[in-house]
Amino acid sequence: MILLEITLLAPLVGGLLLAFIGHRATAGWLNVATGAVTFVASLALALDVFDHGARLSAGKMFYIDAFNVYLVALTAFVGMTTSIFSRPYMRHEVERGRVTDRRMRLYHSMYQGFLFSMLLALSTNNLGIMWVAMESATLTTVLLVSLYRTPESIEAAWKYFVLCGVGIAQALFGTVLIYFAAENRPGGERGDTLLWTVLHDTTAGGLDPAVVSLAFVFLLVGYGTKVGLVPLHNWLPDAHSEGPTPMSAVLSGLLLNVALYALVRFKMLVDASLHMELAGHLMMGFGLLSFVVAGLFLHRQHDIKRMYSYSSIEHMGLMTFAFGIGGPLATFGALLHMTMNSLTKSAIFVTVGYASQLAGTQRIDRIRGLIRTQPGIGWGLLIGTVAIAGFPPFGVFISEFLLLMATMKSWPWLTIPLLFGFGVAFAGLFRHLQPMVFGEPPAGQKPVQANMLPVVVHLALVLWLGLSIPDFLSGWFEQATLLISGASLR
Amino acid sequence: MELTSLGLYSQAIIVFAALVLFTSFVMLAQPRIQPLIYTFAWQGLLLAVVTVLVALVSKHPHLYISAALTVVLKVGLIPWLLYRLSVRLNMNYETESITNPSILLLGGAGLVVFSYFIALPIVHLSGLATRNTIAVSIAVELLGMLIMIARKTAMAQVIGFMSMENGLFFAAVVSTYGMPLIVELGVAFDVMVASILFGVFFFHLRDSFDSLDVSHLNRLSETDEAMPLAGAAEAEQP
Repeated sequence: MILLEITLLAPLVGGLLLAFIGHRATAGWLNVATGAVTFVASLALALDVFDHGARLSAGKMFYIDAFNVYLVALTAFVGMTTSIFSRPYMRHEVERGRVTDRRMRLYHSMYQGFLFSMLLALSTNNLGIMWVAMESATLTTVLLVSLYRTPESIEAAWKYFVLCGVGIAQALFGTVLIYFAAENRPGGERGDTLLWTVLHDTTAGGLDPAVVSLAFVFLLVGYGTKVGLVPLHNWLPDAHSEGPTPMSAVLSGLLLNVALYALVRFKMLVDASLHMELAGHLMMGFGLLSFVVAGLFLHRQHDIKRMYSYSSIEHMGLMTFAFGIGGPLATFGALLHMTMNSLTKSAIFVTVGYASQLAGTQRIDRIRGLIRTQPGIGWGLLIGTVAIAGFPPFGVFISEFLLLMATMKSWPWLTIPLLFGFGVAFAGLFRHLQPMVFGEPPAGQKPVQANMLPVVVHLALVLWLGLSIPDFLSGWFEQATLLISGASLR
Repeated sequence: MELTSLGLYSQAIIVFAALVLFTSFVMLAQPRIQPLIYTFAWQGLLLAVVTVLVALVSKHPHLYISAALTVVLKVGLIPWLLYRLSVRLNMNYETESITNPSILLLGGAGLVVFSYFIALPIVHLSGLATRNTIAVSIAVELLGMLIMIARKTAMAQVIGFMSMENGLFFAAVVSTYGMPLIVELGVAFDVMVASILFGVFFFHLRDSFDSLDVSHLNRLSETDEAMPLAGAAEAEQP
């Protein structure tokens, strides 16, 4: 398990170090290096788990199986590429005088702290520690949302703090209830029952159905707030739009995934002990509502980052819906969609960051003529949006198509709202995108220094996965699907 | 069940649990900041007493550690921090006008009834000596949430948040004799960091809005006509 230790320790040590030297010119590079070490270790860990199956660390503190290892690798990857983007971007922000040295130290340190808490939430075996890590993910990012200290950003951060705090408190109560049900199961012995391995392997069938259903309602409200499910989503567009852009990229691309991961873990427990579809139906309902409502809200946005945050809510809703349906096809599609959304959405936020630096504002009606001024940014935004809207040949098309198939198979009449949602979201994105990339640039708009490497890499991956999913990756997803839905795709 | 058939400690647990619930109601309708902080500290102390009593009844020694943590954090550190902030921000004699306090309190009473309702399946399953107080712990949590919803100053919201956390801790103590120690330490750490961050935010809020009244936080909205970001967009021009 040395690989897991490196994966977890690298961001922790890096974060502590950056708390002291985060304002130096080299800090950006140290941030990138930490991200790279984390990613390499997590990739090695993923290959190891793929070859040898699930791993339980000594002391039963950490548990890595097919489901969480791929999220660990994805988190480390997006964390690394975003740190590559963040280095020149944040230097530019310092030059513009929007952040001081002290805040750069805070920024760099909390960036790694955030990655650490997400990786901890993913890899821990203890459901209580998972909650602690999810809460620290909020705590590490809340000061970054208000990094610019504008009244808007402080309002956004306060909302984020309070709403997520209240929400996640409900999740803690749900966790207490699950623990309670496990401690009081008939004929079982006490102790260690908050560990996922113990809960899932030996006790899940025997938990009291009434308590478990009650617990799941609290867990859904709690972790659902962090996933950004409507009507608990109010904090999300604010927090994602007011913070520095690298934060928006990792919040949208990663944090929401981790919250959904927690929810799916609990759903696996609840399904095993309930023998009915309560958890699935609740998730389908909330997911579909978020999907449609967020699609409608896309039309009303004036701020480019807010618009793409609503797109994140929409896609998280779709995934929640798919995990709710449950079967192997829907689960496979949801896992694939998780990856696609993370890669595409973080690429989009990187491009949006450059676009708003270029235009000097985040207002959609003042961002004009990106392709004329700087083709790289303009095309990046256009291709990214085409990808996230679900056009072939990009990977998002494949996953959305799979999800549509799965819906048609088990809930045929739900394909109507689903197709409606796709159409509305597509229209909402493109009515704003068109003038931004093609329009006439305002006089005096000058190109900015931009490193498009992360965007190119992410979008190339999304394109590649859209054309052909390599064997090892599909094998991986199949293992995870088997784990979650209990049935194989084949 | 006859209350008199319970042991002395179990009866004491019920009395103190009722007092914890009472402090929640006091906080719900207390308009002045300083008494609010004191009441919160009292709630923490009563909670610690309940935890010690539960530890005595159940013979779970790790609950003593939880009780000690509660005293340090909820009776000592957090109220002290909030008190100092209220002095430094000159708000210790401020009063907040609460709209319709009687309806608020009635709503709180309704929440207590509701908690008894949702606690039914839990109590049914539990064989612990403390099962009578599970509903009370849920009520404390929900009342904390009500404080956050109904009150407008940032300070009252923070106290509501912490009181909600008290309710969760209470629920864990009486339903399962506490969470595993490592989880409790983690939660306590998060709560401590959160309280410090809230303190930082008080200064930010005052600097930006000249007030800790969170109803001033209305710049970010979805309305079409409001264009809330217009001013900020100009300021962003380098």
